Amino acid sequence: MNMIFILIGFSMLLALIFLIAFFWASKSGQNDDLYTPGVRILFDDDKPAEDTLKSDEDHQAR
Amino acid sequence: MNTLTKPSIETSCYHCGDSLPAKPYNSGGKLFCCLGCKGVYQILEKHNLSAYYTYNIVPGKLGKKNHQKFDYLDESSINEKLIDYQDEKISAITLYIPAIHCSSCIWLLEHLHQLNPAILQSRTDFLKKQVSITFSHDITLRKVVETLSTIGYEPLISLQDMVQKQQADQSGRKLVSKIAVAGFCFGNVMLLSFPDYFGLSALESNFRNFFGYINLALSLPVLLYSSRDYFSSAWNNLKNGILNLDFPLALGIAVMFIRSATEILLQTGPGFVDTLCSLVFFLLIGRWMQQRTYHYLSFERDYRSYFPVAVTRLINGLEKAVPLQELQIADRILIRSNEIIPADAILLKGEAKLDFSFVTGESAPVNKVLGEIIYAGGRQLSGAIELEVIKPVSQSYLTKLWNNESFQTIKDPIKTFSDKASKYFSIVLLLIAFGSGFYWAGTDLNRAAAAFTAVLIIACPCALALSSPFTLAAVLSIFDKNKLYLKSTEVIEELARIDTIVFDKTGTITNPDAGDLHFTGTLSQEQRQAVSDLARNSGHPLSRELVKWLGLSPRHDVFHYREMVGRGLSGMVNNHQIRIGSANFLGLQTTVKGSAVHIEIDNYYCGYFIAAQQWRDGFKALSGQLSVRYDLHLLSGDQDHDRQCLSPFFPGTQQMKFRQSPQQKLDYIKNLQKDGRRVLMVGDGLNDAGALRQSNLGIAVTDDINNFSPGCDGILDGKAFGRLPLFIKQAKDAVKVIHMSFAISLLYNAVGLFIAVQGKLSPLMAAILMPMSTITIILFTTLCARYYARKNKLL
Repeated sequence: MNMIFILIGFSMLLALIFLIAFFWASKSGQNDDLYTPGVRILFDDDKPAEDTLKSDEDHQAR
Repeated sequence: MNTLTKPSIETSCYHCGDSLPAKPYNSGGKLFCCLGCKGVYQILEKHNLSAYYTYNIVPGKLGKKNHQKFDYLDESSINEKLIDYQDEKISAITLYIPAIHCSSCIWLLEHLHQLNPAILQSRTDFLKKQVSITFSHDITLRKVVETLSTIGYEPLISLQDMVQKQQADQSGRKLVSKIAVAGFCFGNVMLLSFPDYFGLSALESNFRNFFGYINLALSLPVLLYSSRDYFSSAWNNLKNGILNLDFPLALGIAVMFIRSATEILLQTGPGFVDTLCSLVFFLLIGRWMQQRTYHYLSFERDYRSYFPVAVTRLINGLEKAVPLQELQIADRILIRSNEIIPADAILLKGEAKLDFSFVTGESAPVNKVLGEIIYAGGRQLSGAIELEVIKPVSQSYLTKLWNNESFQTIKDPIKTFSDKASKYFSIVLLLIAFGSGFYWAGTDLNRAAAAFTAVLIIACPCALALSSPFTLAAVLSIFDKNKLYLKSTEVIEELARIDTIVFDKTGTITNPDAGDLHFTGTLSQEQRQAVSDLARNSGHPLSRELVKWLGLSPRHDVFHYREMVGRGLSGMVNNHQIRIGSANFLGLQTTVKGSAVHIEIDNYYCGYFIAAQQWRDGFKALSGQLSVRYDLHLLSGDQDHDRQCLSPFFPGTQQMKFRQSPQQKLDYIKNLQKDGRRVLMVGDGLNDAGALRQSNLGIAVTDDINNFSPGCDGILDGKAFGRLPLFIKQAKDAVKVIHMSFAISLLYNAVGLFIAVQGKLSPLMAAILMPMSTITIILFTTLCARYYARKNKLL
């Protein structure tokens, strides 16, 4: 049963790591704008000019 | 992709969606309403940015005809104040762009590097309508801003930007960190407390001590970091002789920690650590709900955000942009069409036609002759004029008005219901605690201490403290959906207490866009068509309104088109010579008042259109509903030509005041307040700014919430104007909900106290009672607020 001491230690450490990760995220401003990133992720990747024609066909094929 | 991007209706502009003229502009098979839209499309097409049109149909906004001049951005003194960061290679700036409105905007603004490689990175914050741009020194700031301007995203750079850089919201982040710490500790403590609640055998007693020590260690950050604000607030209030809810909270937290520490260290019990952590966690969430308002809307604007950053100064005939602060007496300045006069000045050259509606509330433009004094704040409507400054910006009429002491009055903080109730609550709580302590002290000292601390722990008004924030936050978000944006949750309680409502006229109860037109004279259908075709070519607001009012689609082409800016138009339509414009333009002698548009066809006078004020949608119903319960007043800076049409809405003639200066408006509100009235001021312009501040509650009405609105407690979208009675009703219901939830949480407290005064409170009971009451309150307030909103037809 003494294993519990070690396990609790580990679980606390793990939780602490998440807490620190949250602090870091908050400090770097990741929670400041909660709207725009959600829109941004839906944008297609940039395509070079010559690729546009090909992707047009892809769209029409669908 | 082409199949996707084709707009469904070929009759609208591919860029902005406006209806197409008779001869639309064509580029690559796409049709455009004007050269501006076509220009933007061509720029985007050239830089391989046409995906802009794939995310939304007609993402563009109608390009404004006259672009602002940005020469002043070349001045390093102005430049420095605007730029966030600068080193040898790059600069970074955050610009406010009101035109941001859809996902296409985000996409385009984040692909600026394709437009100009010297723009290294651009990030959009959609809600704040801001773009942060990093650019290398291959281009100047002016060029960056002009690039934005050419694609229809002209940034708004105002004086307030320079004076006061918007700071990242540090306090909000700190609160979130505190919640995170409290949540972390609460979760762990709860898990470690369970074994004890479920019972541990004698064999496992070393676990009990171990868990206890960890719990105690985990409660330290909660006590020292997360709940620090409650201690400092309670202390500050005590020093000022105020008993607010923070006092019993801080006392409860402190007592809980001390009793837990003694129990754990003396190994007499598990303590109340999990109750302590959950209490702080829930309290902080309540506080967060309360703070979570519209940080992206500005409620604290003043004249500085209305003024430009720089003005064009003429030195020996040469134009030079100077920052406003450097403007001195006797400087000669050039004001172009649509620019604002920044300082009191004398007209030297040109034709001055000024729109003072924002400053005085007078809706009709004012003409000034050479040598006359022009006060700051007016917007020049016709061509460029030259002026000589007679007072520096800080001494000008408008600025002085603003800096006037009465305008600076700081409002008393709104007294909320919980502030008032908590005073009595605290006193009663202390009486019970000491009473039960003394009662047991005679027989059993241990039990006396247990009873005393238990009372303070169980009566810690967590649920009480949460009922206001959760109710009001729910109402705030309901208001938000209905386009009323309030500065803080306290404003809702104030709204419920209002008994007098004062309206401004111009721009508040009248609709600035949809002026109703009346035609006097005779025009055949064919002639109407011709007038419409001619007027369609002009960008003047009255011409646009005329076209809208006639509602005819374009048919004929116009030849020999001529436009005298601000005076009139002429042209050949369908072989008829048509001239429309002011009486002056047509050489007429008339007695028609107001802004009339006269029509002359083939040298024959046909009559005139006159623009009449139109009330906002629902104003009639609104005044009908409100006048039953509230005292309605009208304060207008305008002449009294609308007195007749307004008299049905406002009971007595003494309740309507015309030709009011901003100071008079403020004094009027003050007098009402002296009579013990609680005044709601509904206004829109700078001329109402003082009254909005002085009133118990100031609401600014605007048609675009990101446009300038004076400092106020709430911003109401013009479209929701008719819902004002519903908002007030909902605010009253919210107060009712708060009262009910207070009753519920007091009931919980009574149950807890009944056990506590006997000195029999166990940690398990506290651990159940506290979260249960909290969750009941959260559910009750949120559901109740929504129920009332549905009943009030706000949901």
